[in-house]
Amino acid sequence: MIPRAGHSVLRQARTQLNRRTGPTPIASLSALARLLSSLAVLEQKDGKLNHGSLGAVTAAQKLGGSITGFVAGGNIKAVAAEAAKVSGIEKIIAVDNAAYDKGLPENYAPLLVENIRKGGFTHIIAGHTAFGKSLMPRVAALLDAQQISDITAIEDEKTFVRPVYAGNAIATVESSDDIKVITIRGTAFAAAEAEGGSASIEDGVDPKAECTTEWVSENLAKSDRPDLATAGKVVSGGRGLKSKEDFDRIMLPLADALGAGVGASRAAVDSGYADNSLQVGQTGKVVAPQLYLCAGISGAIQHLAGMKDSKVIAAINKDADAPIFQVADVGLVGDLFDKVPELTEKLKQ
Amino acid sequence: MSALRILIPVKRVIDYAATTNLTRHYIQVKPRVNKAQTAVETAGVKHSMNPFDELSIEESVRIREKKSYPHGVSDIIAFTCGPPKSADVLRTAMAMGADRSIHVETKDGDEIEPLSVAKLLRAVVEKEKVDLVVLGKQSIDDDAGQTGQMLAGLLGWAQATQASKVSFEGDGKGVVVEKEVDGGTETTRSNLPMVVTADLRLNEPRYASLPNIMKAKKKKIEKITAEELGVDLGKRLKTLKVIEPPPRQGGGKVDDVDGMIAKLKELGAI
Repeated sequence: MIPRAGHSVLRQARTQLNRRTGPTPIASLSALARLLSSLAVLEQKDGKLNHGSLGAVTAAQKLGGSITGFVAGGNIKAVAAEAAKVSGIEKIIAVDNAAYDKGLPENYAPLLVENIRKGGFTHIIAGHTAFGKSLMPRVAALLDAQQISDITAIEDEKTFVRPVYAGNAIATVESSDDIKVITIRGTAFAAAEAEGGSASIEDGVDPKAECTTEWVSENLAKSDRPDLATAGKVVSGGRGLKSKEDFDRIMLPLADALGAGVGASRAAVDSGYADNSLQVGQTGKVVAPQLYLCAGISGAIQHLAGMKDSKVIAAINKDADAPIFQVADVGLVGDLFDKVPELTEKLKQ
Repeated sequence: MSALRILIPVKRVIDYAATTNLTRHYIQVKPRVNKAQTAVETAGVKHSMNPFDELSIEESVRIREKKSYPHGVSDIIAFTCGPPKSADVLRTAMAMGADRSIHVETKDGDEIEPLSVAKLLRAVVEKEKVDLVVLGKQSIDDDAGQTGQMLAGLLGWAQATQASKVSFEGDGKGVVVEKEVDGGTETTRSNLPMVVTADLRLNEPRYASLPNIMKAKKKKIEKITAEELGVDLGKRLKTLKVIEPPPRQGGGKVDDVDGMIAKLKELGAI
């Protein structure tokens, strides 16, 4: 752990250097970078590393300093070996205990805290995923740190950028905590390269904390289509689809024609046209694909919060005044029941 | 086992942006950043209860009404930490069915961080001998999504976040919660006492009826200070600036599907 004074010294020193050489990435100031050490909390499921969680490594690279990856679960060796190949990681801490398989925060948080204390890390980084959202605030509280959630950019080792008010404002915050506990927005930090690294693997400490919660079951939507959160293209349907049958009949062929993931507005999800897990927006998934093509979505700000960082937005809506057209790069006013099948056919050609 | 004592923390926030297509007029209450770029403008803006907190009240009241907990519910306490006007959301909570309220008053414009709120809640839980805390999964202003988990961590209690279904086992010990996770749902079973955070699909909150609004005026709001609860509200995060995101420029409309395909190709999207 770096005492609080350490930070201001670090900052001062860098300001001096910046004056001479202009803005310098932290990583290149090796003497200072050595003071920073980040722990990237990596997710695993059924003995496989979740590559979506490698954005934490990318964020750690932006901070500079050493990067350690953390994995825990039963038969963790294969996951640790996979994580050791991730570019940029120096060391993997692995805890082999099936009690951590389901990532239950009640025992995972004390586990992480023990390893953070032992390793003296200055920054703890995880994805703002269901796992990260449930675990990291608990870790932060145990470390008496105020977590910084869902960041989209790193300015320096204690200054971070995060959207608030459903993305309608962007706040820059400076943390005075000794240990920074951070979750990152996946769409803002691309996953680190899964190959090219050669980290050492070390056993972590295992406090074997008691857990008053047990995992019972899960019910995950099965789909061969690209995962919504990481898909390069997303097609999304809203209330205008009118029924689940129409949603499936109209939107799914378009998704297949484009090789796209499928999303939905809250209205479509609440009306039962699409599964909950497909919801895009403030309370659902945040996506930022190359192409976001939506039909029958008016563009409420809660929905825009989940997709407005998409590279290209295309919209089909019969209401020419729908707010979605204010953000769409390509807008088409028309009945989606005609236009979407026509689009699907023409894309197939 | 005895009857449940439930705590429901609520927060007063800028009103959930309303959209309606009843009239083809889209009413959007969009938060605006102030001129000094230090915060979002709150003066003269409509405020109401954080929508996720309405779900936690509704769930607590349903546990009582449906007698889903075998030993019943003896007390539902609403809590807030905020400026004097936050008392409004406590009144709403009591009109929806909470029995009484606790208000830790702060100055207008003071933002209290989730860690501090969690510490206040820990003190209240211990003081009031609460066995179940139901919170919203996040507040729609700060979008942090931390308070419930932090509280569970501080208390060493079980937690279930983003709950879409809560049920109790017959012995009154186990709580089975279905949670929204990436790609679907997950079900866990925890022992009381515990912390649950509500997701949108947990229930459909009721409107407070006029008679209940009148009755709520007679219910008690106890004011207590952070000092009395032994909590320092000092901040760990300093907001350096708040800006509006760069506006997206709509690219205009095309006439037909061919036009759309051509434009998408031109933009390199397909």
